[in-house]
Amino acid sequence: MGSNGMTTSLGQAAQQAVPGETRRVVELTVNGVHRSAEVDVRRTLADFLRHDLALTGTHVGCEHGVCGACTVLLDGLPVRSCLLFAATVSGHAITTIEGLGELQPDGTTKVSPVQRAFRDCHALQCGFCTPGMLTTITAGLAENPHPTPQQAVDMISGNLCRCTGYQNIVEAVLRAAELMENPDAPLPDEGFTADEHAKGDV
Amino acid sequence: MGQRYFGEPIRRTEDIRLTTGQGHYLDDIGAGQPVLEAAFLRSPHANARIRSIDIADALDVEGVRAIYLYEDLTGPVAEPLPVLIPHPALTAPRTPYALAKDRVHHVGQAVAMVVAENRYLAEDAAQRIVVDYEVLPAVATLDMARAAERHAHDDVPDNISAHLLQTVGDLDAGFAKATHTLEFDLHVERSASTPLEGKGVYAKWDADDSSLRVYSSTQASTSVRAAIAAKLEIPLLKVEVIAPDVGGGFGVKIAHPWPEEIMVPFAAIRLGQPVKWAEDRREHFISSSHERGQDHHVRVGFDDEGVITALDVLFYHDNGAFTPYGIINPIITSTQLLGPYKPGAYRVDFYSMYTNTVQVTPYRGAGRPQGVFVMERTMDKIAQALGKDRAEVRAANFIQPDEFPYDQGLIFQDGRPLIYDSGNYPHQLTILKDMIGWDDMAARRADAASRGKLLGVGMACYVEGTGVGPYEGAHVHIQTDGTVDVATGLTSQGQGHQTMLAQITADELGVPFEKVRVVTGDTRRFGYAVGTFASRTAVMSGSAVALAARAARAKALRVAANALECDEGDLEIVDGVVQMKGAPDTKIDLGTVAVLSNPLRYAFDKAAQAATQFQGVDDFDKPPVAEDDEPGLEGKDYYSPPRSTFASGMHAAIVEIDPETFDIHIDKYFVVHDCGRLVNPMIVAGQVHGGVAQGIGGALYEKMEYDDDGQLQNASFMDFLMPYVTEIPQKELGELELGHQETPSPLNPIGVKGAGEAGVIPVSALIASAIEDAVGFPIDSMPISPNGLYRLHERFAAGELPRVEHYAASPPAAKRARRGAATRTKKSADTPS
Repeated sequence: MGSNGMTTSLGQAAQQAVPGETRRVVELTVNGVHRSAEVDVRRTLADFLRHDLALTGTHVGCEHGVCGACTVLLDGLPVRSCLLFAATVSGHAITTIEGLGELQPDGTTKVSPVQRAFRDCHALQCGFCTPGMLTTITAGLAENPHPTPQQAVDMISGNLCRCTGYQNIVEAVLRAAELMENPDAPLPDEGFTADEHAKGDV
Repeated sequence: MGQRYFGEPIRRTEDIRLTTGQGHYLDDIGAGQPVLEAAFLRSPHANARIRSIDIADALDVEGVRAIYLYEDLTGPVAEPLPVLIPHPALTAPRTPYALAKDRVHHVGQAVAMVVAENRYLAEDAAQRIVVDYEVLPAVATLDMARAAERHAHDDVPDNISAHLLQTVGDLDAGFAKATHTLEFDLHVERSASTPLEGKGVYAKWDADDSSLRVYSSTQASTSVRAAIAAKLEIPLLKVEVIAPDVGGGFGVKIAHPWPEEIMVPFAAIRLGQPVKWAEDRREHFISSSHERGQDHHVRVGFDDEGVITALDVLFYHDNGAFTPYGIINPIITSTQLLGPYKPGAYRVDFYSMYTNTVQVTPYRGAGRPQGVFVMERTMDKIAQALGKDRAEVRAANFIQPDEFPYDQGLIFQDGRPLIYDSGNYPHQLTILKDMIGWDDMAARRADAASRGKLLGVGMACYVEGTGVGPYEGAHVHIQTDGTVDVATGLTSQGQGHQTMLAQITADELGVPFEKVRVVTGDTRRFGYAVGTFASRTAVMSGSAVALAARAARAKALRVAANALECDEGDLEIVDGVVQMKGAPDTKIDLGTVAVLSNPLRYAFDKAAQAATQFQGVDDFDKPPVAEDDEPGLEGKDYYSPPRSTFASGMHAAIVEIDPETFDIHIDKYFVVHDCGRLVNPMIVAGQVHGGVAQGIGGALYEKMEYDDDGQLQNASFMDFLMPYVTEIPQKELGELELGHQETPSPLNPIGVKGAGEAGVIPVSALIASAIEDAVGFPIDSMPISPNGLYRLHERFAAGELPRVEHYAASPPAAKRARRGAATRTKKSADTPS
């Protein structure tokens, strides 16, 4: 076998910027900020957000539209950014996890009720699916601000999580709805729901 | 006393970053900067010789910077990757080369590495590499491996990598004592960890400093560092490895070094530019470890009460194409199979077999789900044979609370005696039966029947050896502003270590939780570690952090006592302030104590100003730093346990089966869990939740579908059915309930046992038990799908499968007797019938 020593690094001549691809200028609004960039037409929206705009909060878990980690809001509606080309969203408004909070007059960002609910309820472990969950739920609660538990389940039923068994994510949907009504709602109990069983003499 | 944090559901520090998009996962590193990206050309064949590789076309792709093949490797990097955990029984270990050397052993094995200006171009080029393969017949299954007509490796003609026989007690005597024997086969299929984030490596070579920084999505950064240093022949202290935020591990990232962990730094050094590789989903399916595939044959002898007098298990473990992690999985199956029980005699004999499939290394539970499947199915079969309650037969075999420490007489995965430290299994069973209403199912059964459904209940028990050694360490550093920096070497993949370890530190030191900053998995901060696996972080690093914090506290009290001119014993630390017990006005901030602990020459800030050696009153007869003392307010210590600590749990479920479609629905799910003292019950519950979901995936949905050519047929999330929320019983819908019990471990300073893997362990055994109860025929192979269940039903209807009727509370006496007769029980010859 072998490549007869051809596997050395190539010279500088071959290192010019990515030719051979069609490039196009996209203009869009990302998290309220107007952005303009020239991209390869085959660049996915996820890669564009992450690697060109350095908005790495959006994650890519499967590259084929099943896991939902890459979900962002396109004009307020959830879409899979791994299945969209950046060039196709010119003229639209994108919201990512970085844009879910509310900018305060002092320049800080206040987390949204959904973000807060995720921490309150321990609705994330590794955090990799979280951006897609947060954007999906943000859109879901905008459509249905008072979900029943079953509706909360349905709201996240297109997103995969490998860590939580979804238990506390469903709870966080309900908690976020509660916080939207009453920002001072007390923290929920977390831990074992059947602690009374532990009072035996062991 | 200040606030106590141990035992409280403290909200996680991590989440402040992770809920706002501020995490740093592997593929986030270098975003927006010029970073070269790698793609790997992988074998499309399961077993083949490589005749030639032609890269000429690939080199024509503009933007390609380098293509590496095996022949470009020299020195240690050209040697096979290490066998991480050798074992005397592993007589034919095999590991891959970083890039395939004239031979591939599974679909997905790395053959060539392309580095280009971005991943798109690297993949373009990889597609243009032409490899001429001589395809050989593949060993795709355990059956084919046993037949040994085909060979996964040419020089292992029987396809056996390891054979280990272990015996405790007198098996023949045990069978002689038995009044009943049963013999049956049990089968568990392959699944995989499948974290949402695949593996990934980023490497940056600093030519000015001749040093290498590597980020890897790993569960073992210290050992990845050692492996890179050895393979690339760089002094260890010139290599840094950091596990950034890691998007799930579940075992697959404890295997190391992966070919990519060697090749990415290799390329970064040669190209003088940062290089990154982030695994895509298909790559993860075909090149990252799987687990669970095992065939078991069981022979069990028992008395009229269901007490096991002899248990004889033979099993075959599918280790895939390579054995980089030794035979840890089958060793765990063979030892943890015993669960909370004490059979009279036990023999376990296993063969670890090569197949031309992805290598097998631990996946959450690591051999335990299979062992528990064997033992719990055995318990159910004994109960059925005797017409007894399944719970009663289990209870008859339990180790009793007064029997701890209990020596099972075997050697565990850590090479140490399998001695259970503590537990209370009878009480745990009582809690579980109470939660599910085990003895009162009649109304539920009637309700299901009225809706035309088949209802089944099941239970499964397990014991999990956790917190295996040899050690972990921790460093606690109190800064002059009162901040406490904590570092431990093992890594985090979402288990909330930053929070949990800060809780322990805050309590031990007496500082507010918010003052503690924890770093894990960064070799710059802590160089000695083993890694995150085997549910060991709370036990190992939790204990090490407690000990290191105690050391820092002792020094703080000593320095403060000197400053306050009092006895150390009269001082306490409350909310970050060292104060006189009973006279809290006599006090000194911990940050100030840190200032005093470090006599300085230069005043670079206010705190330093207070610490210059020209300040204050000194005893000029003593040196500024006493003999055997050191400047700074730090503590460092290690925890090394004599042996593992043993957590336990019991699960029960109610399932409903549609008798026409054989749709399987889990109606209710109950867990009782005992991992000793809980540092953070919220986090522990979360671990159990996630484990149960993975267990349900493994019981009902997830299976690696290899065809006879060794091609993985379902290598995507469209075809490999990882559960969505709709597949998992939800607490908010009243479908899942967790109970808990605490039997503290006597082995470590904080009384904890591991919790990470627990939830997944008994699920396949449990679901099989419940489905069997519903459908009335044996469920001896998992996972089971509605299709699979329908096919079993057809066989049952054709008389090919026996009827199984499990005892339900208060059945008519006549019915109970008939059940006993309907089993495959063979009475021993010497037993009067």
